[in-house]
Amino acid sequence: MAPVATPFFFYLLSGIMLIGGILVITRKNPVHSALALIVTLLAQASIYLMLYAPFVAGVQIILYAGGIMVLFLFVIMLVSIDRSIKERQFNSQWVVGIIAATALGGLFIAAFTKGDKIFPEHVLPMVENDNTQNIATLLYGQYMFAFEIASLLLLVAIIGAVVMAKKRI
Amino acid sequence: MNSIVQYIQSYLASDKTPGAAGNMFWALVYIMLVFVGLSVAVIAMNWLERKILAHMQVRLGPMRVGPHGLLQPIADAIKLLLKEDIIPAEADGLIFWMAPFIVVLAAFTVFVVVPFGPTHAITDMNIGILFMLGVSSLSVLGIVMAGWASNSHYPLIGALRSSAQMVSYEVAMGLAVVSAILMTSLNATGTGTLSMIGIVQAQQAQGEWFIFKFFPLGLIAFFIFAVAMVAETNRAPFDLAEAESELTAGFHTEYSGFRWSLFFLAEYSAMIAVSSIAVTLWLGGWLRPFPNLLSGGIWELVFSFFPGVTFLFFAAICFYNTVRMPKHPLFRIQTIGLAAFGVVLALIGLVLFIPAVSMRVQDIFWFATKVAAFMYLYIWYRGTFPRYRFDQLMQMGWKVLLPMGLGVLILTASVALLQQKLWHP
Repeated sequence: MAPVATPFFFYLLSGIMLIGGILVITRKNPVHSALALIVTLLAQASIYLMLYAPFVAGVQIILYAGGIMVLFLFVIMLVSIDRSIKERQFNSQWVVGIIAATALGGLFIAAFTKGDKIFPEHVLPMVENDNTQNIATLLYGQYMFAFEIASLLLLVAIIGAVVMAKKRI
Repeated sequence: MNSIVQYIQSYLASDKTPGAAGNMFWALVYIMLVFVGLSVAVIAMNWLERKILAHMQVRLGPMRVGPHGLLQPIADAIKLLLKEDIIPAEADGLIFWMAPFIVVLAAFTVFVVVPFGPTHAITDMNIGILFMLGVSSLSVLGIVMAGWASNSHYPLIGALRSSAQMVSYEVAMGLAVVSAILMTSLNATGTGTLSMIGIVQAQQAQGEWFIFKFFPLGLIAFFIFAVAMVAETNRAPFDLAEAESELTAGFHTEYSGFRWSLFFLAEYSAMIAVSSIAVTLWLGGWLRPFPNLLSGGIWELVFSFFPGVTFLFFAAICFYNTVRMPKHPLFRIQTIGLAAFGVVLALIGLVLFIPAVSMRVQDIFWFATKVAAFMYLYIWYRGTFPRYRFDQLMQMGWKVLLPMGLGVLILTASVALLQQKLWHP
């Protein structure tokens, strides 16, 4: 089967992601921003699909677009939007922002131009069919400890949220 | 012309899905077929729901348009298309416009991976079930958008209820699905699968539908899913998002005409989609009853008669009611129409008796029959269960189904491990 990962799709999806990302920070209405972020996340999931990582793409859709963003919207919709639209948008930390953006951009450019020397050479195994199984063996074999630590961390966060929200347990 | 016939024949003999074969043209044909089939199913469901609910309440239901109201869905569709399309002045135009399309897209896209048969799926994905759950979870986005963009109180409350409900029940649903996926790994290699076709093939290989696997663990997981899927599709008794007595029509109160009909279409195709997940995971998908126990030439032949006999049975009902129609001249056209409908059904039934045809579409028939049983259950629930209160709904989701799902998952994993260690060392 011919590979689907043609440059055309990469540029298309990256374009969608960039436009979505710009809309997130320029829209005044927070609901519009959240929806633009969802578009960005979905385009990102498609890029994972292009990189022969269907499992990561599926999880991205379920967790981010379907779960977290819905909760985001849920909260935003309960906030009175009329006032926030009338307010002038401000950014008092633009100096820090510019420094961080320049650093990150420089890193990206460095990785793009000198990447072939920095990173070890590795050929992408284009076996879409075993992707999920490979992730499972890695996650529950080699990286078992890190995986369990991460889940424990999430559990702590859940309990913390409940403790903070409820006065009497 | 001859080459076209040969091309089609070569495809009909293929044992791959169009997606696996990389055949774009057949994939498009399949997409069209699935789309048309779904639309017909939604129309039929519309009529059946009104009819069955009416008979449950000792009414007649639609009787005016066509014989026994058979043309009522078409009349409804025309009415909806001709209705004025209203966008409230204070609504958020773009989001209001987008919401129904997102819901419909999410509801229809999941059918890309639904396996109607070993070769009758548009494509098979390595992440099939994950894809179905993920894309169907996007429909909540459309509902939330619709409710918020209407800029009105009832839709907003409906949307908030529905998103809270869908996010909560997704958790229990996911746990039930995981315990079924775990069962697919009980083979020689010890590797399971997420692919929809692979899940059914695993049931075939193990000679057991997963609903009966590790009795009663499979049954409990199926029960959790069966409850969660009703909540997930916002249907009675969990239809708080559109509780008529409290919220007029919930999240789609401000929608009218064509946009409203899109919500309607999406609701019913989402019902069919979640039912197909349940059928695939627990009820053996396209497998006919007892494929291993009652195997052999005679049984194959007997079971291949089922599709044709079913259609002949429907035709017989039509003819019976044709005879029972009032003899008044005003009913003449309706009587002829009903008889013609019966003839069409009988012809379909007769075509299904041709061995080549019945072998090819048998799996679709069994899949559709199982899904139809779920559709009937949906109507039955609506006719019999009173609506839950919202706190009861949340309690049910978080305090009953979620612990049950966790318990079943842990027990299934333990039993599976024990089986692999003890019986098959």
